Amino acid sequence: MKIEFNRASLRQLKLHDYLTRFVLGGAITVATGLIAKHYGPVIGGLFLAFPAIFPSGATLIEKHELDKKLRAGIPFTVRGRLAVALDARGAAMGAVALAAFGLIIWRFLAHHNAAVMLGLALAVWLALAVLIWRVHKLHIYLSFRR
Amino acid sequence: MQMIERFLLGGVIVSLFAALGDVLRPRSFAGLFGAAPSVAMATLTLTLLDEGKDYAALEARSMVVGSIAFLLYVLACIRLMVKWRTPAAPTTVAMLFVWGISALGLWWLLLSNL
Repeated sequence: MKIEFNRASLRQLKLHDYLTRFVLGGAITVATGLIAKHYGPVIGGLFLAFPAIFPSGATLIEKHELDKKLRAGIPFTVRGRLAVALDARGAAMGAVALAAFGLIIWRFLAHHNAAVMLGLALAVWLALAVLIWRVHKLHIYLSFRR
Repeated sequence: MQMIERFLLGGVIVSLFAALGDVLRPRSFAGLFGAAPSVAMATLTLTLLDEGKDYAALEARSMVVGSIAFLLYVLACIRLMVKWRTPAAPTTVAMLFVWGISALGLWWLLLSNL
């Protein structure tokens, strides 16, 4: 399956959608810092993998699908829920790769350059997430061919 | 001042990853960016500057546990939305308690005695 850029979808978002994400992202980053300060890095670190933007992204996807159907004169649709379920499936694969990101920082940060390790961990997250997604798609393709 | 820096950096990085998720298709591929290490990148960058490598490595160790909780959270969301047909918005917010319970439970099981 081909991966595509759809820049038009950015125009569907309103200013308050961007602001909501910005504020949510900022707030959870501040909260993580405060939790780490009060309870230590072991508890604070848990929040580095908090689903910060997933709920707001899911809400937006559902709303856009519903709006699309309403414009077409269809008052009720399950498409939004199914689109979010697809998005969540991707997030599940991303979460596995997120654990690899944490693992690399945990095991190798102490003995290597910090900026290089952050960059490397990010590259591994992306590569592993894409690999899991590709394998999943191949599995679906092969199971349909059988 | 430090809180403002943290807020701005977190907001910018989370927004960038979210925008990537918006423009990429198919939907399941874009979903990968819902679990991007955006909060981790912002927090670890500032932690490294303020507290040093050892502190950041400890946070990253807990992050592995938090990631497993994230996986359980999205699986619970998928289960509810597909099987029980619950609407997405309240489901994804309400199921955050699954993340919280899983993260604390796994922390208690794996990390509390270390």
